Amino acid sequence: MPDFRSVGVLTRILLIVNACGLLAALVRSEGMNDAAEQFARIAVTLEPALLASAAALYILSHLLSRLPYWAGLSLATAMAAAFAALTGAAAANAGLGTAATNAAWHALYAVLLSTVLAAYFDLRQRAFSPALSEARLQALQARIRPHFLFNSLNAVLMLIRRDPKRAEAALEDLAELFRNLMADNRELVTLADEIALTRQYLGLEHLRLGERLRVDWDIDPSAEQALVPPMMLQPLVENAVYHGIEPGLDPGTVSIRAVREGDRLLLELANPYHAEHQRRQGNRMALANIGERLALHFDVDAALDTAIEDERFRIRIRMPLRRSGAKKTASAR
Amino acid sequence: MIAPLRILIVDDEPPARERLRELLGDLGSELPTQVVAEAASGPQAIALLSECAPEVALVDIHMPVMNGIEFARHAQRLDHAPAVVFITAHDQYAVQAFEVNAIDYLLKPVRAARLATALRRAVSGPGPGREQLAKADPGPRSHFSIAERGRITLVPAAEVLFLKAELKYVTLRTRTRDYLIEDSLSQLEHELRDTFIRVHRNCLVARAAIRGVENLRGATGAEEGESRWGVVLDGHAEPIVVSRRQWPAVKALIKR
Repeated sequence: MPDFRSVGVLTRILLIVNACGLLAALVRSEGMNDAAEQFARIAVTLEPALLASAAALYILSHLLSRLPYWAGLSLATAMAAAFAALTGAAAANAGLGTAATNAAWHALYAVLLSTVLAAYFDLRQRAFSPALSEARLQALQARIRPHFLFNSLNAVLMLIRRDPKRAEAALEDLAELFRNLMADNRELVTLADEIALTRQYLGLEHLRLGERLRVDWDIDPSAEQALVPPMMLQPLVENAVYHGIEPGLDPGTVSIRAVREGDRLLLELANPYHAEHQRRQGNRMALANIGERLALHFDVDAALDTAIEDERFRIRIRMPLRRSGAKKTASAR
Repeated sequence: MIAPLRILIVDDEPPARERLRELLGDLGSELPTQVVAEAASGPQAIALLSECAPEVALVDIHMPVMNGIEFARHAQRLDHAPAVVFITAHDQYAVQAFEVNAIDYLLKPVRAARLATALRRAVSGPGPGREQLAKADPGPRSHFSIAERGRITLVPAAEVLFLKAELKYVTLRTRTRDYLIEDSLSQLEHELRDTFIRVHRNCLVARAAIRGVENLRGATGAEEGESRWGVVLDGHAEPIVVSRRQWPAVKALIKR
């Protein structure tokens, strides 16, 4: 069942149904002028029913997603048919045909359109499921630079003689990072989990960068249970360290902020910007990868944008605030 | 007994330097070494070279401001330049460049046995030549280097106002003084194309230093091929004559 709270899904429903209405108008009409008139006539009954159905789907989306697929589909179709019958009957009262036949005809249209939409969303989901497993693969490929792995191992090797306890802790953190990296990364995870993982990663970076790496956390407690794509925060922070801290001789700060903005989650990262380094490296791989995975999980509801402000490179990610418990993604049933 | 090999360690990460010192200590019985200095960056290492006189420099590739290869290129200007052993954790591009140009390197984490081999090889044979290094690091340099009386002076590329070819040498001008460098202007033009612009057959100007243009009509001695325009630079009193050929490019830059 698609997520009826998603802007992408609702837009697609409105577009497809209106396209069908337009098609019907064209079939019925005899010329261009006539087509507009026919469409207007169809719209009188189509639009109220469509909008009412869309609103009902939006409101009932949680209920629908919890029902078995066929039950949910039947309920949604029945709702659409009921609204269509009502507008059909209302149109009849306005003097266009008899109430009973009109209501029946409109209900039939609604059932047909619902079937078309259900088939479309089903096909679309099938088309994107390989992409989701692809997302897991991408997560594996682009995550954690080998550069970081070997430098960390090198730092741990140094610790083994001087501070065996710290060396042990560092290897445990490294193991944990890689366990997460190799996990099945398809399901959304809580932001709190991502933060814990990122802290372990930063602990390892502190070993080798020491004073040069400063981190400023600002996490809204009410955002911690938000669901986010797995392995999203750590690669962003790794990017910030690689492009923002390593190229500088002086200490630099990576700031990480997460806040709620109504029913959306805003994630913001900033790091010092080094123009010369960017010219040499120009590595936007990690960002592109995260943008793609956001789109896979949230469709058009998520946005990623970057800016350079006050000599700092800033990334802002906005996505729908989903909480653990109501685990649903736009493209996974 | 032979004198221990004098070693300079250059790496921005303290644990990495410490690890190398440990390894050198382990190798002590078969290959005596003495760490004469440690540096956290290329410029710092260059400043230490003349007084510490290391025989071998162990240099990390991936460092802030100046990478390891650029350090080696500057260090080579000395008559008694140290042999350089490059070390890298995993820098795909550097490794590719080394392979293509047959430059030896060590991978992090470094093994004691490999380190010993590299040290022996470094002191016995000639290291990578100037050409090899230049090809391995074609990116824009962070500094210019001038060898004077056994010392190397570094001038950050960002402080350069313009580079002017005169007879055999190229004059490099900062706000405070002139230097003579040995690089060729056309090679510099290619390497620094993002930050410098050619305004004349014999002159490259830092884009960031340009304040505007001035009409030089009436000025005496305009040569053939020169436009009547000059670029005005921040921190330099005299405008620099723009050639007729380069005027369109300069004009486009000013308009932006």
